[in-house]
Amino acid sequence: MSKHRIMGLFSDFDQAFAAVADIRAYKIPGVSVDDVTIKSPIEHPEIEEVLGERPAHVPKFTLMGALFGMTFGFLFLASAQATFLVQPQGGKPVVPLPSNIVLTYEMTILFGVLFTIISFVIGSRIVRKRDTLYSEMVSLDQVGVLLEVDEGKAQALKDLFKAHEVVEIREEVVR
Amino acid sequence: MQTKDINEQIKWAQINKDVLRSMENPRMAYWVAVGTCLAMLMCAVVAEIYQYQVGMGPANLNWPQMWGLYIATFIFWIGMSHSGTLLSAILHIVHADWRKPIYRFAEAMTTFSLMTAGLFPMIHLGRLWNMYWVLPYVSDRGIWPNFRSPLVWDAFAIFTYLTSSAMFLFIGMIPDLAICRDNAKGWRKKLYTALSLGWSGTDRQWRHFRKTYLLMACFLIPLAVSVHSIVSSDFAMSIMPGWHVTSFPPYFVAGALYSGCAAIITLFILLRYFFRFEEYMTIPILEKTCKLTFVIAMAWSYLNLIEFAATWYGHDTAAKEVLWDKFTGPYSPYFWAMLFFGSVLPFTLAFEKLRRHLPTMFVVSLLLNVGMWLERWMIVSPTLSLSYHPIAWNVLWPSMVQWAIVFGSFGWFGLLFLVFVKVFPSVSMYEVKEMVYHRRRAHVEDQAKYFHRRLSDRQPATDTPSP
Repeated sequence: MSKHRIMGLFSDFDQAFAAVADIRAYKIPGVSVDDVTIKSPIEHPEIEEVLGERPAHVPKFTLMGALFGMTFGFLFLASAQATFLVQPQGGKPVVPLPSNIVLTYEMTILFGVLFTIISFVIGSRIVRKRDTLYSEMVSLDQVGVLLEVDEGKAQALKDLFKAHEVVEIREEVVR
Repeated sequence: MQTKDINEQIKWAQINKDVLRSMENPRMAYWVAVGTCLAMLMCAVVAEIYQYQVGMGPANLNWPQMWGLYIATFIFWIGMSHSGTLLSAILHIVHADWRKPIYRFAEAMTTFSLMTAGLFPMIHLGRLWNMYWVLPYVSDRGIWPNFRSPLVWDAFAIFTYLTSSAMFLFIGMIPDLAICRDNAKGWRKKLYTALSLGWSGTDRQWRHFRKTYLLMACFLIPLAVSVHSIVSSDFAMSIMPGWHVTSFPPYFVAGALYSGCAAIITLFILLRYFFRFEEYMTIPILEKTCKLTFVIAMAWSYLNLIEFAATWYGHDTAAKEVLWDKFTGPYSPYFWAMLFFGSVLPFTLAFEKLRRHLPTMFVVSLLLNVGMWLERWMIVSPTLSLSYHPIAWNVLWPSMVQWAIVFGSFGWFGLLFLVFVKVFPSVSMYEVKEMVYHRRRAHVEDQAKYFHRRLSDRQPATDTPSP
C-alpha cells in the first residue's frame, strides 16, 4: 500500500487547530497527532499545546558549548602563556588567573553561542531540501497541517480537513 | 492622534507586501544618502592612503597624545553597538513587543558599528599588515603578548561580540529570508534561497528557533556589558589621572546604551521616511524609544556626577587637576558642549509634543550622539594632555587626517547600513505579524470579557478577522 503525504492549508490557526484536535481525538483511526506537522507563518504559542510537548535539545548543546568554551578558552590561554616561560615574569605568575577569568568568560559565551547555532541547524533539520508540498502561502498568511498516511486513510483525512474549511489540499504519493 | 503601536487590523499579506516593496523602490532621498555616505567614505579612504604612505606623522599622534580621535571614535562605535542588544535581547526577554517593528535595524546597527569600531585600532596602530599579532595564539614569534593588558581582552571581547551579534542578526532573519525567497526573482532569489537555509516554517523549526533566539539573547546581554566594561578597563586599569576611576565600567555601559538609543531614533526617522514605513515605525513606538533614551540619559548623567564627585573627594591631586582642566582648560568648550548635549538636551525627550515631532527628534538625536562622541573624546584627550609629569603636559589638536578618517567612518557605517536595508528586510515581517496577531486576539478577548461571554466560546466570524 502506498503512502500519501497530504497537506491542508487553512486560513487561520483556529481552523487548523480544530482539525488537529480531531486527529488527536482519533477521528481517523490509526492516524495519531504525533504524525502531524504544522507549518505556520508565525510562531504560535498554542502550537505546543495542540501538538503536545515535543523535544528541542538546544539548551543541552548550549550548556555543552559553554563548558567546552570555558575549558578550551582557559587551556588555550594557559598553553599560549606557558610558551613564554623564558620571558622574565618579575615574580608574577606565568598563568595569571584574574585576567584569564575575563578571557575565559568571553570564550564561554562565544562557544555557547556557536554550539547553540549548531544545535539549531541540526535539531530543526533546516539545511535540507524542502519537501515538494511546501506552499508559499505558509510564509504569507496560511497555516498548513501536514501528515503522511496510508492510501486507505487519505480520503478520510481530506474529508476531515474539508470539515474544517480547508482552503486548499495538496497531496503527493511518497512510495 | 495615533495612540496604538501598530494598526491591529493590518493584513499579514499587506505586511509582506509593504516590507518587500521597501527593498525595491525607496524614495529618492535614499539614493542621496547613499551618495553622501560614499563621498564621506572617500574622504577617509584618501586620508588613510596618505597616512599609510607617509606614516603616522600626519595624524598628529605624538607623545604624550598617543591616543587621539581614533581611540575616542573606536569607543564611540563600540558604544553604538549596544543598541541592538538593548532593543533585541533585553526587550525580547522582558516581552516588550513594541520593539518588534524596529529591532531588526537596531541589530544591523550593532553588527555594522562593531565592524566600523574594529577598523580604528588597526588604523591607529598604523601597521595594518601586522594586526594579527594581537591574537595570543601559540607562536614563537617572540612578540610576548601581555595577557594582563585589557587591550588583549579587547580583541577577544570584540571578536566574540561581533561573531555573536552577527549570528543573532542572521538567525533572527531566517524566517524573513524565507519570505523573501518565496517572492524574489533573479539573483535575489538565489541569495535568499541560500541564506534561508531551507526554512519552511514547520513546528519543529519554530520550536528550535524560539529556544535558540532566547538563549542567544541571554548570552548577548552579559556579553554586551562585558565588552564595554573591558573597553572601559583600557582606561580604568591604568594609573593615569582621570582614568583610574572605579565607576568607569557602568559609566561606559550607560553611555553605550545612550548613544545606541539616540542612533536608533535617528535611523528610525530616516527609515520611516525612506521606505514609507509609517504603518510600522509609528509615533507611539518612537515615543517609547524616546522615553527609554531619556531614562538612560539620566542614568548617564548620574554616573557622570559620581565620577566627578569620586575624583573631587578622592584626594588625588593630579586627577583633580585634570577634572578642573576639563571645566576650565583648553578642552572646556567641548566638555561643556558634552554636558549640555548629554545631560540638558535630553530633557526635550520629556515633552510629549516634542517627542511626537519628527524633525525635532531627528535633530535632537543627532545632537545627543554629538554629545556622546564628545564624551569619548573628553575621556581620552584631557588626561593625556595633563598627566603626572609636567614635561608631558601638551595639548595637541587632531590633524585633518584624523578628522577625515573619523568623518569617513560615519560614511562607512552609513553605507553598510543602507546597503543592508536595501537587500534585507529592515522590518521583521514575522514578528510584526505576531505582534498584530496577539494584539488583535487580546482585543477580542477584552471584548469577550466586556460582553460576559466565556472566553472559550467560539468567536463570531466578525470578531476574529482572518490574518
